[in-house]
Amino acid sequence: MSTLLTIIAAFVVMGGIAWVLRLAGQKATNNAPQFRDMSFGVAFGYVLGVVVLAWLAWAFVQSRSSDIAVANKFFFFGVAIKGFIFFSIAAWLFRLFGRHVGTQWSRKTFRHMPLTASFGVLAILIYAIFAIFAGVIAPYGQDEIIQGVAANITPGGDPAMGGNPAFPLGTDQIGRDILSRLIFGAQNTVGIAFATTLLAFFIGGSLGFLAAVVGGWLDQLLSRAVDVLMAIPSLIFALLLMTIASVWSSRLGIPLTVFMVLIIAVIDSTRVFRLARAVGQNIVVMDYIEAAKLRGEGMWYLVFKEILPNATAPLLAEFGLRFCFVFLMIASLSFLGVGIQPPLADWGTMVRDLAAFIMFAQFAPLAATAPLLAAGAIALLTVAVNFVVDWMLHKTSGLKE
Amino acid sequence: MTEPLLEMRGVKLEGRSDETWNPIINGVDLTLARGEVLGLIGESGAGKSTLGLAAMGFTRDGVRISEGSVEFDGIDLLKASASVKRGLLGKRIAYVAQSAAASFNPAHRLIDQHVEGPTQHGVMSKAESEVDGMELYRKLRLPDPENIGFRYPHQVSGGQLQRAMTAMAMACRPDLIIFDEPTTALDVTTQIEVLASIRDIVEQFDTAAIYITHDLAVVAQMADRIKVLLKGDEVETADTRTMLSAPTQDYTKSLWAVRSFERPLKSPVVASAVPAVSVQNISAAYGRVPVLHDVSFDMHEGRTVAVVGESGSGKSTAARCITGLLPPREGTISVNGEVMPADYRKRSKDQLRQVQMIYQMADTALNPRMSIGEIIARPVQFYLGLTGKAKRARVDALLNQIELEPSEYYNRLPSELSGGQKQRIGIARALAAEPKFIICDEVTSALDQLVAEGILRLLAKLQDDLGLSYMFITHDLATVRAIADEVVVMKDGRVVEAGPKAEMFTPPHHPYTDLLLSSVPEMDPDWLTNLLQERGVDNIGDAAVGKM
Repeated sequence: MSTLLTIIAAFVVMGGIAWVLRLAGQKATNNAPQFRDMSFGVAFGYVLGVVVLAWLAWAFVQSRSSDIAVANKFFFFGVAIKGFIFFSIAAWLFRLFGRHVGTQWSRKTFRHMPLTASFGVLAILIYAIFAIFAGVIAPYGQDEIIQGVAANITPGGDPAMGGNPAFPLGTDQIGRDILSRLIFGAQNTVGIAFATTLLAFFIGGSLGFLAAVVGGWLDQLLSRAVDVLMAIPSLIFALLLMTIASVWSSRLGIPLTVFMVLIIAVIDSTRVFRLARAVGQNIVVMDYIEAAKLRGEGMWYLVFKEILPNATAPLLAEFGLRFCFVFLMIASLSFLGVGIQPPLADWGTMVRDLAAFIMFAQFAPLAATAPLLAAGAIALLTVAVNFVVDWMLHKTSGLKE
Repeated sequence: MTEPLLEMRGVKLEGRSDETWNPIINGVDLTLARGEVLGLIGESGAGKSTLGLAAMGFTRDGVRISEGSVEFDGIDLLKASASVKRGLLGKRIAYVAQSAAASFNPAHRLIDQHVEGPTQHGVMSKAESEVDGMELYRKLRLPDPENIGFRYPHQVSGGQLQRAMTAMAMACRPDLIIFDEPTTALDVTTQIEVLASIRDIVEQFDTAAIYITHDLAVVAQMADRIKVLLKGDEVETADTRTMLSAPTQDYTKSLWAVRSFERPLKSPVVASAVPAVSVQNISAAYGRVPVLHDVSFDMHEGRTVAVVGESGSGKSTAARCITGLLPPREGTISVNGEVMPADYRKRSKDQLRQVQMIYQMADTALNPRMSIGEIIARPVQFYLGLTGKAKRARVDALLNQIELEPSEYYNRLPSELSGGQKQRIGIARALAAEPKFIICDEVTSALDQLVAEGILRLLAKLQDDLGLSYMFITHDLATVRAIADEVVVMKDGRVVEAGPKAEMFTPPHHPYTDLLLSSVPEMDPDWLTNLLQERGVDNIGDAAVGKM
């Protein structure tokens, strides 16, 4: 009860401060329009923003406190704030770099790029490099149980906290290097997600455009089939099909991963189909398509020369989003045990395997970090891709004006 | 003289594009007395709409007023607070937009939207305002004024909607109304009715108005004074009568002169000649809705046949039948005496080549992702099989024909061209197929008068050089007068009258042709007044069409 009262009192005080400050601003600037037309809500928003910032600064100081109990409580806040500052600076430097190096086109692109997008591009680039050169970069193999080294070494590399400088991110429950597994995980998870998304776009995109151009009964048939597929919850449907596939894969001698790629691609292609069909239908009614039809052009020319170039922007944006969903679906399937199979490293599996360490968060936050590393890698990539997608959507909608 | 109602001094407006502010209006003065109507004319991009909005102290997103002052009845609108402006806009200053269909909320009934202003500003109660709205509807001569307010926007015609919007602007009896091209999207016969109603009601309530348009003949009917804008600068301002009879500036004179373009008459067609395209007894329908009934006309080589009529008269549908996009239910289309398959999919490449089309909206007729060179080269390669240097040479020759410099335009995208240039590219693409017959579907109606005139002259020159025949679909009789050799008048999917131009413009006419011809505004400021006297107030526009 008293907590509630404190919160209410805090809001009232903040409101009062906002009102007084706005009045002071009006007096000091002799009724400049920005103060005169400022609504109370906006003034309150400024005060609230300042309070939140102050609290974040206080929390950061707390996380560095010499009292271990207090420091542990704010450990993850500290990490988040440090990460935020680090990534902001990295993104800013990357954009600065992009503005001065490269072709005229790339320099122009970077000049108009918001910081979020440059962070997204940077993160995607780093992930791509790790995924492609995993074998070279990773210090150990992904399934290598290192002899003579204990399992469950705490991340951080500080011997006082149960770490080991040779394994900066620690080892897992059977003594494999987490850093190496994270890097190989990028290759497995991201690579498979990328292939799956490409396949989904090929299937959904081509069928969607076909439905838009031909129309009539073909459109009806494809659209209703897609409706049926979409009516089934996708994760449950994927789980069901994966269970069936696991029987087939051993019988036919085809790796389960191939089945997983196919199943997720088909399920996700329904969403791509709907988008491609909608975008295609808007383009098909344009006069230039009519002109091309009257010229006697064939279906292939219509779809690839007239429609596809005008649909790239929304499709590309959708590609980014779809990639995230596919990626999360693979991680979920792996977490549930039917996705990428051990001993291959996969972020979803890694989270599941180390999940028990979450319990240590209260008193040994470093130990609890172990499962969060893989989760963080997933989150970071998802956020990065979404930033880039937002930026591209903004750019294409700006072009239309 | 009394204090002016609106006074704009040295107003400069800037628009934001590519991170910089570019001038739109470079310092224009404007004064408006109470009850005065000022016509604001200029081409698109002259900044007339932006200036009209600035008169309300309002700018669109990405536009700012960088200098100058706007004073309305002693109140400085640029320094006034948001709450002061809220009290003025809608109550003392109202705005009528170009597209009433886009400005009404389709989910609410007309009267519900009408009463919003008066109740918000506390001028009237909801019930009072409803009664008043019906009174305004009556004054604006809307049919069935007691009940029309209870309809939804899609249930009334375009002209009626525009008048309902004028009534809405009048709801609080404002001192100033800004009309932004209120009749541009309407047919000539409908336009007249809206013009007459607006003029009446503005006079009755002694409201001052700024009337924005690009149509000189319209502004001549409406305005007491005319201000001409060109690229953000004022060219001249004068009394309507003075301006029409004695314009002082070259630009204004050139605007006036556009209407004088006319081609010499051609000798009559030899009776035995095979027509380039012959439409015989076609009837067509969209699904179950019949659109064309037994339509026949011939088009001869080297001639222009203008097909005129209001929207919905079936002129574009006739074109779709000729191209084969809409196979007619009955009747045949023959090109040079050869009967064409009804469906374009069944026509051979050479048959398709012979009939080409130029579209109304050049924006949607050109693929925005293809360069000009690719757009024109495609038919050259597709029909004539030219590749490499021969193809490039042909495209260059075509670009020269439409009076654009090949080296400069070859690699550009359509978005980098002006409206008139885009329309020229559309012409070049049609020419690339080397046809004998081209359908021009309202090709000049989206363009400014000066630009449109350039397109018409180009089409005429190409016709003389290449012996082309045109089917020229239009609703603008001034264009018909300029370019046509023969005229076909259509109404409700039937041909009402057809014949050489000279016959069409001399009486006696079919009554519908007569109505169409007399509805085209003329540059005489007394034209509307005389016409109303002649026809009677209740016999204009939709009403007159309905009686036919």
